[in-house]
Amino acid sequence: MITDFTPLASLFGGILIGLGAVILMAFNGRIAGMTAMLGGVLEPRNPDSPWRLAFLAGAIAAPLVATLLGAEFAFSSPTTGPLLAVGGLIVGVGVTYGSGCTSGHGVCGLARLSPRSLVATLTFMATTFATVTLMRHGFGG
Amino acid sequence: MNRTLSALLAGLIFGLGIAISGMANPAKVLNFFDPLGNWDPSLAFVMGGALLTTAIGYRVIFGRRTAPVLDTKFHLPTARTIDARLIGGSALFGIGWGIAGFCPGGAIPALGFAPWPTALFLISMGAGIVLARWVQALPRRQTA
Repeated sequence: MITDFTPLASLFGGILIGLGAVILMAFNGRIAGMTAMLGGVLEPRNPDSPWRLAFLAGAIAAPLVATLLGAEFAFSSPTTGPLLAVGGLIVGVGVTYGSGCTSGHGVCGLARLSPRSLVATLTFMATTFATVTLMRHGFGG
Repeated sequence: MNRTLSALLAGLIFGLGIAISGMANPAKVLNFFDPLGNWDPSLAFVMGGALLTTAIGYRVIFGRRTAPVLDTKFHLPTARTIDARLIGGSALFGIGWGIAGFCPGGAIPALGFAPWPTALFLISMGAGIVLARWVQALPRRQTA
């Protein structure tokens, strides 16, 4: 499936992602890592749970409200059904052991020049590339 | 403004950015990792914009303040060791990302405008997190 190359929208979206991360650091002194945010759901008694849930609610609400106001975001999920569930399960285990994902390591960690985040980001970018290449071209495709 | 409101505001901007950037669109994300096929380099612009903004913003904040506006200190990760757990976990995350096209930061905002099949991914991911946390807690239980 072909998707449109959208350098301006992607750059603008990326700047907004960064702005969200900067606001969370300036006001709350926290890293905007989605893996850590999800802990807010799993540990409701943790004192950090309320602000983590608020961040998650905001992240879901913004595109929802924008859509209701008439915005359209391209969406297509090439992977569906059991394979999507398997992918989700692997992501869940991976981000827990790896202590972060694209937002925590790839944006916030790299922005702080964390060597751990650099190693994590290079590792998951490499295995994502290998997985996509293998699935799309590796089986005689 | 309290900490919950500021986190809500940060989440709103973050989520809008994810949706506009295309990070919440699995087809687009997977095409970034497919230079041999229908390559879509957009994701490089997302990462570039996000990283540059965050790096500059963090530098300004840490240069001017000793604490955030609404807390007594910055809560920064203290782990320094690069071990098998970090590398193995990150490698696994990449395999799952490559299969699904969703990462956690992309899937949460996607729930707001494409609930299905995003919910299936998120429920499975939640199960994976719970499973991994349970396994991580096992050795401590045995020695306690």
